[in-house]
Amino acid sequence: MSDVTLETPEEQPIKLVENQLPDDNTVGDKVVGESPLHHADLDSIAQKGPQEGGVYFREQKLMGMLTLRCVPSAAQQKTIKSLLGVALPMEPLTSVTKGEGEEAISVRWISPDEWLIIVAGDKAFELESRFHEKLKGHFSIVNVSGGSTIFEVSGDHVVDMLKKSTAVDFHISEFPVGKVVSTVFAKSGAVICRIGEKHFELVVRRSFADYLWLWIQDASREYGLAVKA
Amino acid sequence: MFHIYCPHCCEYREEEEFHASGQAHIPRPLDPDACTDQEWGEYMYFRKNPRGIHHELWVHAAGCRKFFNITRDTQTYEIKEVYKIGEQPSVVANSDQ
Ligand SMILES: [Zn+2]
Repeated sequence: MSDVTLETPEEQPIKLVENQLPDDNTVGDKVVGESPLHHADLDSIAQKGPQEGGVYFREQKLMGMLTLRCVPSAAQQKTIKSLLGVALPMEPLTSVTKGEGEEAISVRWISPDEWLIIVAGDKAFELESRFHEKLKGHFSIVNVSGGSTIFEVSGDHVVDMLKKSTAVDFHISEFPVGKVVSTVFAKSGAVICRIGEKHFELVVRRSFADYLWLWIQDASREYGLAVKA
Repeated sequence: MFHIYCPHCCEYREEEEFHASGQAHIPRPLDPDACTDQEWGEYMYFRKNPRGIHHELWVHAAGCRKFFNITRDTQTYEIKEVYKIGEQPSVVANSDQ
């Protein structure tokens, strides 16, 4: 038994941390957002390197990512749908994607009580705030944007490249468009989502981003790798 | 290739995505202060090591990160069944019946 008496803190309104996004203005002493592959200077490679290849690679830089955890009741599901604009994918290994560009949103099933929500980088804070404001009951939403980055890989040989890196079956009958799996990828991990028949998105940990970029270059060499800006 | 069925992802996945977490169905004593040393020691340290049917706790570590149970034959490594936490196994050793 402890002698310490724990006082119940008074009910306080949820206080959100201040906006942590880098400022639009990148001049002077303002903070500049750098993606995990910033040092690789992919923009220059895209310009000077090969334009055609069996595998295309692009980093989706500084996307907004939120981890939602809850066992949603019917009422919560309704609120979440109104917040996201799409219903939560409740079926295992499924995802929902809607919209284009700044308005695009993708919601991916991670576990029976966990979803990964991907939005434009400057939309994450706003969406997180709206969850705290509108969603009632037991849930957690955390901005995990800084922990990961997204690799977009496509091309005629993209499946061949992926097959070297993970044991997941990518045959279209087993892995249709929209399917998402969290798995071992090149001895690291990735959340792999099929966007199109020859088009995938890999959510990878930022600390593994450089290693996986090197891995993908190596695995793609025999097919020819082209970087897209 | 050795595949294990995850009851949460509802599909077979490669064994490297999973970790074994020891014997299943070990409830923590509800009132640890009321346990004898022997009861607490049994809960804490003593595990079965059967030849044949064994109920084990596994986790889909690289996938959905959920725990679930597997009934496995320790002699042949054959997985007899997979079931969720809170459910009871349907395959049991003769000595346990
Ligand atoms: Zn699973």
